[in-house]
Amino acid sequence: MTDSPIIKLTAAEIAAKVASGALTAVEVTEAHLARIEAVDEKVHAFLHIDRDGALARARAVDEKRERGEKLGPLAGVPLALKDIFTTAGIPTTVGSKILEGWIPPYDATLTRRLKEADVVILGKTNMDEFAMGSSTENSAYGPTGNPWDLTRIPGGSGGGSSAALASYEAPLAIGTDTGGSIRQPAAVTGTVGVKPTYGAVSRYGMVAFSSSLDQGGPCARTVLDAALLHEVIAGHDPLDSTSIDAPVPPVVEAARNGSVEGMRVGVVRQFRGEGYQAGVVQRFDESVQLLKELGAEIVELDCPSFDLALSAYYLIAPSECSSNLARFDGLRYGLRAGDDGTRSAEEVTSLTREEGFGDEVKRRIMLGTYALSSGYYDAYYGSAQKVRTLIKEDFEKAFEQVDVIVSPTTPTTAFPIGERADDPMAMYLADLCTIPTNLAGNAAMSLPCGLAPEDGLPVGLQIIAPAMKDERLYQVGAAVEAAFVARWGHPLLEEAPSL
Amino acid sequence: MTVTTDLVSYEDALASYDPVMGLEVHVELGTRTKMFCGCSTGLGAEPNSQTCPTCLGLPGSLPVVNAVGVESAVRIGLALHCEIAEWCRFARKNYFYPDMPKNFQTSQYDEPIAFNGYLDVQLEDGEVFRVEIERAHMEEDTGKSTHVGGATGRIHGASHSLLDYNRAGIPLIEIVTKPVVGAGDRAPEIAKAYVAELRELIRALGVSEARMEMGQMRCDVNLSLMPKGSETFGTRSETKNVNSLRSVERAVRFEVRRHAAVLGGGGTIVQETRHFHEDDGSTTSGRVKEEAEDYRYFPEPDLVPVAPSREWVEELRAGLPELPRVRRNRLREEWGVSGHDMQSILNAGAIDPIVATIEAGADPLSARKWWMGELARSANESGRSLEGLPITPEQVARVAALVADGSLNDKLARQVIEGVLAGEGDPDAVVEKRGLKVVSDEGALGAAVDEAIAGNAAIADKIRGGKVAAVGALVGAVMKATRGQADAARVKELILRKLGVTEG
Repeated sequence: MTDSPIIKLTAAEIAAKVASGALTAVEVTEAHLARIEAVDEKVHAFLHIDRDGALARARAVDEKRERGEKLGPLAGVPLALKDIFTTAGIPTTVGSKILEGWIPPYDATLTRRLKEADVVILGKTNMDEFAMGSSTENSAYGPTGNPWDLTRIPGGSGGGSSAALASYEAPLAIGTDTGGSIRQPAAVTGTVGVKPTYGAVSRYGMVAFSSSLDQGGPCARTVLDAALLHEVIAGHDPLDSTSIDAPVPPVVEAARNGSVEGMRVGVVRQFRGEGYQAGVVQRFDESVQLLKELGAEIVELDCPSFDLALSAYYLIAPSECSSNLARFDGLRYGLRAGDDGTRSAEEVTSLTREEGFGDEVKRRIMLGTYALSSGYYDAYYGSAQKVRTLIKEDFEKAFEQVDVIVSPTTPTTAFPIGERADDPMAMYLADLCTIPTNLAGNAAMSLPCGLAPEDGLPVGLQIIAPAMKDERLYQVGAAVEAAFVARWGHPLLEEAPSL
Repeated sequence: MTVTTDLVSYEDALASYDPVMGLEVHVELGTRTKMFCGCSTGLGAEPNSQTCPTCLGLPGSLPVVNAVGVESAVRIGLALHCEIAEWCRFARKNYFYPDMPKNFQTSQYDEPIAFNGYLDVQLEDGEVFRVEIERAHMEEDTGKSTHVGGATGRIHGASHSLLDYNRAGIPLIEIVTKPVVGAGDRAPEIAKAYVAELRELIRALGVSEARMEMGQMRCDVNLSLMPKGSETFGTRSETKNVNSLRSVERAVRFEVRRHAAVLGGGGTIVQETRHFHEDDGSTTSGRVKEEAEDYRYFPEPDLVPVAPSREWVEELRAGLPELPRVRRNRLREEWGVSGHDMQSILNAGAIDPIVATIEAGADPLSARKWWMGELARSANESGRSLEGLPITPEQVARVAALVADGSLNDKLARQVIEGVLAGEGDPDAVVEKRGLKVVSDEGALGAAVDEAIAGNAAIADKIRGGKVAAVGALVGAVMKATRGQADAARVKELILRKLGVTEG
């Protein structure tokens, strides 16, 4: 079967065509479901495909239009939802065996907002178990392939979402970013991903990994599409105490008016050196050169505390996860192992966790349990929180001098599946450039800036903005994207091999 | 249950040791909704019918702080003369138990909302003892486990357990005393008086009904002994869930005797939790704490800090009611009753009804008389509290007024109250329906008076002869003939007039 040209459309184009009647939501949805059917066996972006639900929603959108009712801003646009957000009546596994078979009784706030915006949710995407990982290899349901090279990782934890975009299975996707899980997958698949300011997108119904770092955000193939999705999912939620009670920054307007003219752009000394692939550094340097040509002023910055970010992150995130994941005890929902009527609740819980949690999750639970234990708390969790304060201060000082900061998103291009699976430290290094933003709570984007000459794989450019200034990501990102597309003659994804 | 613990007598124990107590009281707040979600806190609902993703701890759910819960905590803190934190956080207390949905309790750790206070408690002989308060903090209740199939209702030996999460997430305030030293042999009494006073305080604040029998107020008793003259605290035991005033007193007394026996025999006290047994007042070993339990506290990242503004705190302070002990002393003086009588009134739960009856126009003496007499008896017989009786203070005041203006005498008034309690309507309606008016009209009483004089000629002669005191017998006869409805004073006056005698 030949692919419908619909799957190459952007979300903005689909929304316009559905609104005008040039395309029906059902046609759009069917085209994407057909694409999923055709390629997902190879890509494995999805854990669950909600064919009936998606078509029903698409029909509802079309009927709404026929009745002349006002359509939501992304009406009829298909979306791939990371399997970390609860969906009433649809399985939510968080990539873990421990939640196998759990059907949530409620929608996450984000899920509800997508539905209210008339978005068509195609299904739930694969991810590293509990969002712990940078390759999606930690999923209990098998890895996802990178559409650029199916033997390589699509990034993680949101590899299912990034792969769904890069394989044209969906024009929009949702990710979550605790240490880089939106941006690093975007970088290695040649797509766009945004981690909004902490608190911008409600966490209600997003299964927690590390509460003070987790942040949902938009994934797309273009900067404008990401902005359109950002606007739909962001905004205050009374059900999330940490949600920001302020108007959503004008991200769509910024994305439509890309410019870096007169802006000061920071380059942080700490974001290069050992471990950075030559082709990644080359494409980054070219991006900085491009920004200069587009009228930006480049400022060198020193943020010494960033060198401590990875260590602080691997104390804070595991500590919070050790507490957040304590509820998975096999008593109320999900997997229950060994309950043969002879064992105590404690024994059943122990067996359930043994069977239900993967190695990386166990590793982090143990690390966090240790870091929080009495006598070690100050040395570990306490010190890590101090580092976090230092990182915030470094960002504050930096943003006194610059409007945005740029860096490579991740030090290397997509690595082969299996290469780092037994080397957690090597895996953790993938998030070297993304973690400081999570610790400080500000906003960042990754967008494609070319292919590394040595392997022909996508390289991501990270743009970092101060908290609550998310619109700057889109303003700069749109300018860079337009300049690159003009230089290449087409979007980067066009160079990906066909599946 | 049989107790094999050796005990020494209380007196012997106190001769050698000084007790040190620590009291931890949990109060369930009477907020309409739970501490971190909008679920109802109503009692008696179907198991698990008052739950939502948040209080069930479902994946993805998040807590939101109940503002009324915070306000109640601040008011309790202020009433306990505590400092109120300018900024404090919730913390997660991590431990595993099936009735705790998240396997951590959202509580407060090193940043309690209220700290450094005191509560003065008055003992029955009037002595006032100051109990220092360490802290009062906010947390959430757990669900309830029912262990089925075992003999004891405890988990040991049970075939399965039922879990009800309706209680999970109900706001709790935990109030912790500093070590109570210097109580000496009055320790049990002080412990009981402290819990009683705290209960009064909580009720006066209107933040909880604090009914211990309903689990709305629960007490843990920590106790250790130190040899007389020593200033180093001994190892303590923690007796959990001591849930009545009497039990608090008994638990302290028992633990004093047990500790003294162990220490006196050359043994050492094991730091452990203990269960209290209502039937014989003993405690038995729960689980041994081999080392301090590690709850791995850390600040709750899902909630923002609580920062009560000073203006708001002062507003709440200004709105505090009169503290119960101060109020009791004021009322005692106003009513002119003894300390002992006041204690009885307190124990009967009669203070508020009496105050309300006085406010409705009755004089203090009669208000007290009715509530502590006829009504207390009725409450006792029907197993209800005074406030649970189907009579209002206004109705009691009306009865008192009818007695005061001579429309009723005490005997008739008792019948009126009985009628009101039986649902026959307001006092005036009962008087009407039952025809209970005092009769003082000369025409209506004349015949009865004449009959009494005629039927008791000998007594009448004595009276005529100057023995006026004998008139009581004739009055009695008239009262009997009129079934108590006659105005006794009027009857006496009529008899004397008819016999031509003047009094005094």
